[in-house]
Amino acid sequence: MRPAPFDYVAPRTVEETLEILARHGDEAKLLAGGQSLVPMMNMRLVRPAVLVDLNRVAALGTFREDAGGLRLGALVRQHALERDGRVARAAPLLAEAAPLIGHLQTRARGTVGGSLVHADPAAELPACMIALDAVFHLRSARTARTCRAHDFFRGLLTTALEPDEVLAEIELPGPAGPRTGHGFAEVARRHGDFALVGAGAVLALDAGGVCRAARLVIFGAGDRPHLARAGAALIGERPLPARLAEVARAGAGEIDARDDLHATAAYRRHVAAGLAARALGQAAARAEAA
Amino acid sequence: MTTPGAIAHDIAVTVNGTERRARVIPRMLLADALRDEWGLTGTHLGCEHGACGACTVLVDGEPTRACLMFAVQADGCRVETVEGLADGDGRLHPLQEAFRTRHALQCGFCTPGILMTLVAYLKLHPAPSEAEVREALSGNLCRCTGYQHIVQAALDVAAGGRPLTLPSPQRGEGIGGSA
Amino acid sequence: MKFVGDRHLRKEDPRLLTGRGRYVGDIVLPGMLHVALLRSPHAHAHIVRVDTARARAHPGVVDVVTFADLGSAARALPIVPPHAELRGHNFLPLAGDRARFVGEPVAAIVAENRYAAEDARELLEVEYEPLPSAQTLEPGTPAVHADIPDNLAGRVTLARGDVEAALRVAPRVASLELRIGRGGGQPMETRGLVADWNTALEQLTVWASSQVPHQIRQFVGELLDLAPHQIRVIAPDVGGGFGAKLIVYPEDVLIPFIARRLARPVRWLEDRLEHMLAATQEREQRHEVTIGFDDAGRLLALRDHFVHDTGAYTPRGLVVPLLSASMVTGPYRIPAVESSFESRYTHRVPVTPYRGAGQPQAVFVIERVLDLVARETGRDRAEVRLANLVRAEDMPWDTGLPNYRGSGHVILDSGDPPSVVRRALESARYDALIAEAAAARARGRLVGVGVAAYVELTGVGPFEGARVRVDPAGRITAFSGVSTQGQGLETTLAQVAADELGVTPADVTVVTGDTAGVEHGIGSFASRAAVVGGSAVALAARDVSAKARLLAGRALGCAEADLEQAGAAFADRRRPERRVTFADLARLAGAATAALGVEPGLESTRFFQPTDITYSFGAQVALVELDPLSACVRILGFWIGHDSGRLINPLVVEGQLQGAVALGIGSALLEEIRYDETGQLLAGTYMDYLLPTATDMPSMVIDHLETLSPLNPLGIKGVGESGALPVPAVLASAIEDAVGPRGGRVTRMPLGPARLLDLLPPPLPPPVPPLFPRSPAPA
Repeated sequence: MRPAPFDYVAPRTVEETLEILARHGDEAKLLAGGQSLVPMMNMRLVRPAVLVDLNRVAALGTFREDAGGLRLGALVRQHALERDGRVARAAPLLAEAAPLIGHLQTRARGTVGGSLVHADPAAELPACMIALDAVFHLRSARTARTCRAHDFFRGLLTTALEPDEVLAEIELPGPAGPRTGHGFAEVARRHGDFALVGAGAVLALDAGGVCRAARLVIFGAGDRPHLARAGAALIGERPLPARLAEVARAGAGEIDARDDLHATAAYRRHVAAGLAARALGQAAARAEAA
Repeated sequence: MTTPGAIAHDIAVTVNGTERRARVIPRMLLADALRDEWGLTGTHLGCEHGACGACTVLVDGEPTRACLMFAVQADGCRVETVEGLADGDGRLHPLQEAFRTRHALQCGFCTPGILMTLVAYLKLHPAPSEAEVREALSGNLCRCTGYQHIVQAALDVAAGGRPLTLPSPQRGEGIGGSA
Repeated sequence: MKFVGDRHLRKEDPRLLTGRGRYVGDIVLPGMLHVALLRSPHAHAHIVRVDTARARAHPGVVDVVTFADLGSAARALPIVPPHAELRGHNFLPLAGDRARFVGEPVAAIVAENRYAAEDARELLEVEYEPLPSAQTLEPGTPAVHADIPDNLAGRVTLARGDVEAALRVAPRVASLELRIGRGGGQPMETRGLVADWNTALEQLTVWASSQVPHQIRQFVGELLDLAPHQIRVIAPDVGGGFGAKLIVYPEDVLIPFIARRLARPVRWLEDRLEHMLAATQEREQRHEVTIGFDDAGRLLALRDHFVHDTGAYTPRGLVVPLLSASMVTGPYRIPAVESSFESRYTHRVPVTPYRGAGQPQAVFVIERVLDLVARETGRDRAEVRLANLVRAEDMPWDTGLPNYRGSGHVILDSGDPPSVVRRALESARYDALIAEAAAARARGRLVGVGVAAYVELTGVGPFEGARVRVDPAGRITAFSGVSTQGQGLETTLAQVAADELGVTPADVTVVTGDTAGVEHGIGSFASRAAVVGGSAVALAARDVSAKARLLAGRALGCAEADLEQAGAAFADRRRPERRVTFADLARLAGAATAALGVEPGLESTRFFQPTDITYSFGAQVALVELDPLSACVRILGFWIGHDSGRLINPLVVEGQLQGAVALGIGSALLEEIRYDETGQLLAGTYMDYLLPTATDMPSMVIDHLETLSPLNPLGIKGVGESGALPVPAVLASAIEDAVGPRGGRVTRMPLGPARLLDLLPPPLPPPVPPLFPRSPAPA
């Protein structure tokens, strides 16, 4: 399998990139890590006339701490999430989920932004970004805007990104308070595969052990990662196991689960509830111990 | 208006310490450039969609699927392939030697990709457990061996203690620009 | 024996480890062209029209070949082997007026490079008239071949004794329905060929990533009307076979045809998507089995009927279902048996053997039966097996069923199955393991132990040949008709030859898979290469050794009894300064006169024709745990007891067993080819067809037993497929044990997540609170 022909351009700045996109519109495709895009190009499922290689745009590869949080350029490689101590400190959920993204080779080249823009419903990063209440910075020749992670993922492989826009930066707020904990659990058929279903959770407790922030995200079950409305019900309550199990079940119940070659909708619904409970339980335990 | 992809690009890539040049169309895969332009056929294509790992090479030291990278992207990069592991006198790299001793290859088709993955991995993680080695190999498919002897060979080398580095580039041959 | 039995390191490794292997994709000839194939997107369609004009006009395109261009090559490939019950059909080098499976080749584009060929492929205009297709094994599906409206490729019944009578009087009777899904060999190197027609010599050279170079030569000769001496087929380094490269495919004839047509070298490399579509598959069967047994768990009568999916063509006739049917009694003594099948056509990729070749299905059937018998009689599963196994003193044991070749019965020639099974049980500490698993289950974990035993058919004929030759420079070469795809024959055959010749393996160059080496050959499959190929090498090398001694005696003027050999040289023991080397002897033989009394050349060509199939035995024990939430399976331990006769190289044998177990685990838990109702492949990439990775594999413990085969000079038996045979059965056994009596029964393979979840026991009801709460105990 070899791709259909395309022209190749490797801009050096974001401005150059945006100008190219403005000029070519739908005919151009952005290349980041290539781990999702190039297989589709090799299979000729995707056939851009112009391939815009982002890998030489140094400004997209920046990585800095900012007010207790992180600002990641979209081209930061996935393996930075498991290697860089700043991630372990400021966004430990990402550090925990990162080793489950694909394989060594995938994470060496694959980028944070690339995974988010590809928006596979079973990918770990979109779910983690929603759980962490990340904000995405989107830029085009026309405009610069932000979009919260939970508004970004619109459907199967579909995001809020316009054809002439680049996801430039991911802004992660720091932990909500000193007593914050995260949890993550997923089920995959083999190590490194996309999840059949998974859950990520972040809980913040006040000094008395009562939740003051709670986010539960379930992914892989539906056509996009789902921020469980039931999570909000935990605010003002203690994270007791029975209550967490109820919230997990309710959250799983909110999803229109999908069937595919690997698992049925019924399987996903059943496992989602259990994984959500595990993730919430881990988050509560970590928050209490913090 | 030219047809898409008709414009070729000149690239210079340092492969196993030697600068290699080529004029490539954009859609030429890095794997094809290594194999067809530069005759380094040790890197194999098993799936062409980034799943089997047979095409794994090191690009600027990182394990990379050469079927998911275009040759034009490798301009100015440092690429290492299986052909660069043995030293100039033909002495096998410790991993190659361990693979031989442990019968960690059968048909040999996946072997170069696995060797390169392990070279990169053991450099960062010189003393892994068996479970960690298996995880490190999860992106490389082998249909022949069942992986047990491969894991054993990797652990043999890890137990050897010396940090693993690739042999240094041949003296005297042009060393191209680095990333 | 000095080298046979040795854990000799492989001679092929240095080049493979350093990236200097030579696979078909590495072969570059001057002026070589590249082929891309257009394949049918429909499972069943009339091919109304193929318009090549736009494709031909594309830059870089040299030719486009369709059925209309094939001329006298527009014929079906032969079917091997024939069978009286077979209503067979085979494919043509390109589909003519009808496509019968998604992926059947329709046209070939020949261009300067693969990129241009794929671009031009998109410009081919093919008008199809899609037709309804047969996608199930039910009767009444659309006919795949017009002359076989009921889609029945063959129907066979094998029997021993009167099974109906035996079932009537059996104290207990039970039945099972079992289903096994489709899978494929999936070597890491896909198929491919390079073909070169030399106009001056009028000779065709073909490099093929194939398990059967001689068969390719035969079929190419027949379809292209060339004599055998005009065709040389070479299997270079081959990146795995596993059956996917076992048959002669349309491409194996088409690519040589194109080379001759254009008088230019051409190369075709299959890509993975094509391989998923068009490489043959196997395993899909539906069994209904009934077992009669007694309270002691002894098997009295077995009746099994199955429907077998043979796909759209029958390149290998009825071989796969015949293997399943004839091997269904496994290593057990069963007095009355009836084993029958219907092989049905579907509009899908043809079914031909892949590692195990119909036997994994047979093992699954009989082993599920044994677990059922154990459960019904309340006995331990290992004990029930031991009670029914054929014993060493029973050998040779006639199972009463004809073998798949129809050359006689399945006669287990030698071995000690109970000892092999005991080895596996001891290795696994079976009794302790059973107790530990039960204790874990009592604490709420889903842990189970499984056991399965098997017999494997190996070393099938009709023959294999070897030519061993010492040339005047003293080089020793052993040419063999078998080919190698990773099983180490370059080394193991050298070990055999070295022992016979009194030299070392380093002194012997083994050339496999080259029709120029040995005139007649069969190939590597059915765990036969070392057995039959190795025996032929032994015989030929023995001849050469004998001739060398005779010539050495003549040259040194002494009796053969006075000869002393040291490596590749002989000396007269009474006058040791008089010495003659193999090279000297080869030169002497090269000028052989009548007076010398021998024919020219220090060489011999011998064929080994086994008188019967020789059978290997084994058993596996598995320890598994299921996650109570997701039902995902982790294999915690795996023990193998194995007897394949004399081992030429135990290191190679261990590798074969481990690799085969991996493939078995894939077929049990991960790999499934699925089609939709129109015959479109659903698992078309490695994202969906999941092969086991290093994290899916347990570490395996292997214990060997060696009972020599009486059927060949070396006493060896095959092992290549052994490890794969019982894996679905042993995992089924372990998973059932883990989910316990309240859980489900395993009646199908593979087991994906949803099927595993269905096996879990329903949650226990919450404990009923006591009516009268107890008062707290005194402080």
